[in-house]
Amino acid sequence: TMAFRHKNTRRIEGLDSNVWVEFTKVAADPSIVNLGQGLPDISPPSYVKEELAKAAAVDRLNQYTRGFGHPSLVKALSQVYERVCGRKIDPLTDILVTVGAYGSLFSTIQALIEEGDEVIIIEPFYDCYEPMVKMAGAKPVFIPLRYKNDGNSASSADWVLDPVELADKFNSKTKAIILNTPHNPIGKVFTREELQVIADLCIKHETLCISDEVYEWLVYKGNKHIKIATLPGMWERTITIGSAGKTYSVTGWKLGWSIGPQNLIKHLQVVHQNTLYTCPTPLQEALAQAFWIDYKRMDDPGCYFYSLSRELESKRDRMAQLLQEAGLKPVIPDGGYFMIVDVSTLNVDLSDVDEKQPYDYKFVKWMITSKKLSAIPLSAFCGPETKRQFEKYIRFCFIKKDSTLDAAEVILKNWNKQPA
Amino acid sequence: LRTHSLLSLFLQAKMSRPVQARRLEGIDKNIWVEFVKLAATYSTVNLGQGFPDFPPPDFLKEAFVKALSGENHMLHQYTRAFGHPPLVKILAQFFGKLLARDLDPMTNVMVTVGAYQALFCCFQAFVDEGDEVIIIEPFFDCYELMVKMAGGTPVFVPLRPKAPKDGKLMSSADWQLDPAELASKFSKRTKAIVLNSPNNPLGKVFSRGELELIADLCVKHDVLCISDEVYEWLVYDGKEHIRIASLQGMWDRTVIIGSAGKTFSATGWKVGWTVGPNRLLQHLRTVHQNSVYHCATVAQEAVAQGFQREFERYGKPDSYFVQLSKELQQKRDWLVQSLDAVGMKPIVPEGTYFLVADISEFKSDVPDVPNTDEPYDTRFAKWMVKNKGLAAIPLSAFYCGAHKNNYNHFIRFCFAKEEATLKAANDILQKWKLEKISP
Repeated sequence: TMAFRHKNTRRIEGLDSNVWVEFTKVAADPSIVNLGQGLPDISPPSYVKEELAKAAAVDRLNQYTRGFGHPSLVKALSQVYERVCGRKIDPLTDILVTVGAYGSLFSTIQALIEEGDEVIIIEPFYDCYEPMVKMAGAKPVFIPLRYKNDGNSASSADWVLDPVELADKFNSKTKAIILNTPHNPIGKVFTREELQVIADLCIKHETLCISDEVYEWLVYKGNKHIKIATLPGMWERTITIGSAGKTYSVTGWKLGWSIGPQNLIKHLQVVHQNTLYTCPTPLQEALAQAFWIDYKRMDDPGCYFYSLSRELESKRDRMAQLLQEAGLKPVIPDGGYFMIVDVSTLNVDLSDVDEKQPYDYKFVKWMITSKKLSAIPLSAFCGPETKRQFEKYIRFCFIKKDSTLDAAEVILKNWNKQPA
Repeated sequence: LRTHSLLSLFLQAKMSRPVQARRLEGIDKNIWVEFVKLAATYSTVNLGQGFPDFPPPDFLKEAFVKALSGENHMLHQYTRAFGHPPLVKILAQFFGKLLARDLDPMTNVMVTVGAYQALFCCFQAFVDEGDEVIIIEPFFDCYELMVKMAGGTPVFVPLRPKAPKDGKLMSSADWQLDPAELASKFSKRTKAIVLNSPNNPLGKVFSRGELELIADLCVKHDVLCISDEVYEWLVYDGKEHIRIASLQGMWDRTVIIGSAGKTFSATGWKVGWTVGPNRLLQHLRTVHQNSVYHCATVAQEAVAQGFQREFERYGKPDSYFVQLSKELQQKRDWLVQSLDAVGMKPIVPEGTYFLVADISEFKSDVPDVPNTDEPYDTRFAKWMVKNKGLAAIPLSAFYCGAHKNNYNHFIRFCFAKEEATLKAANDILQKWKLEKISP
């Protein structure tokens, strides 16, 4: 045989496995009620689809557009976010449009993080943060959210960072901290005070903040999404990331954006022009038009940003009720469209499943095969040290149409019944 | 007090380092940013950046609208990360037929955000610091930038022009590699060679002999081949596009890259793909899942429909690939005529929708400036767009820094343009020539 010495580069060593590849395959069976992966099975609003049809009919919108972001889209984004942030945002220098928020995370990390850097990641975390930091050659430093209450109420607000523990994670090598609010998977909406603690440390240690705010509009009654970039001293050190997929229920459009000061965004733009150069045109045009429609009604409760949130709040409440009726104690999220629940109280004995996987992985696989219901194991969202702490939790996604939640209800109501 | 001053020392050290990562060194400049802006500001006729000014075919646009507005609204949600199943299935079928090989859609095909992202995945997956990558000049500029970003060392080898036969126009076939020179570029550190056939900017379609030369060296030195074949369907004069992966010993070490943008005249859709053996594609999947993860669904669905249609019509007169190639050959011939008539010497391309022309006879309009870093053709192209409203790209844009002055009296035109655009270009050129004869 011919010589062949080619293996993967060092930068991707050990980064080949991925919880989604594993679990989306397993849940692909249509007979399974899929509350696992975070994608809506509700339709996007019709005007969003109409704008895409309109865009595709214009010849030049099927060809390349401006690399850093289609002009009408960056203009619309700058208007919406100027209003939200209360500051001027230059569409050409302060914004980069990327392939999903995922692409923004990648561009930010590749632009600003390298070997020798440490990056603080709050556990549980959206799973890509860790491999992306590693691929950039840097060291992830984990700090867990800890459940502070002993009592019966379980709200995402009960999960907090210990300020002393957090301060201890910062040192001269700390290049950035990744913040995710509203938080996936717990649904925590960081309060102003909590953000101030983080901001103070960033300023003190000259640390950047990568703020993943894809669920920014999905915030439930009594809660307010606050952008850490709007805190004093933070705009100049923060990249704020948003997502069309989460904003308009079009995860398959894969459009996201990074917003920040020119002296940081320019480096993300360099990464972008050397990785994929430009994002699809018709999708960007359609998104721009959708943003104009909702920008004009941002004072109106009918604005999709708020109406989606209201729709999801009732789904959240229904999901919580279903789980409670099954004898479980879900953590009620203040934002986002995920809900975590401690399943150890069900006492499902999986000790005979002799895989080296954490309990929640085994539980979800068992639940998929025997209950035809899927979720995502929480230990997929933590570093190696905390897997024990989180392996009794699983995550449900509730941005699902009524019939899906109805089917979940049947399964949960019949949970304790033995099969015939 | 002591801890405080120590902390401020550390802070000073951190603040004195640049905020950006070292991997961005030397890759921040990009000629397209500048030339796209110039074209937008000054040009009346834009033959610069490579994209068609005619629309994608109706059947493709219809497939897109059907996908976005159909009953299945799940096409607006995530699809399979490594490629929408209908698309990878038809790509496996189509390229399996072309390569006479059984391809598994799940492991031998991966969809990317344009061919650009496919290239990125290849370099990130296979090029480590210290690895050398051979790049044939002139080259699509991102190859050098991506090799550098991956920490690799680009090693350049030029296509050299041979004088054309008496009385004939030069052809892209007259630009050739020197076999000994090519062989000398392979070293122990050579990880890969980037092949681009049909070649942008020259339009060269590598012959079987030329590909065998490259293949033999790849096998001998155990080197990977990154084969950028985005213009695979744009081949003229009955020439054949030969896929290097079909040569002896090459399938196992080649990643083939393709583009829906170029195939279906829809550059703004940004759908590309890689085809290759699983032992190479597995690493591309790792890069992909840690960088963009999913590609947009609707466009993939539409491209799948497009390929299905073409698969059924392969080689037949009503195949879009056949028709597009015919149309573009005609446009090529028009532009060749236009340029030749005014004294710009075209190098007739065997493929792609680009054409390079020698502008030496127009040098008097743009005098040489001593002691300048800017290559002559770049100054010429900038002058031309500002003063004549005609946008083209200087050939030096496709050479590495050290070689930018080797062939600095050529500019590249894109002829994937409507008849009216090419006529307007002709008018500009004719007027210009008249001004030279009788100023």
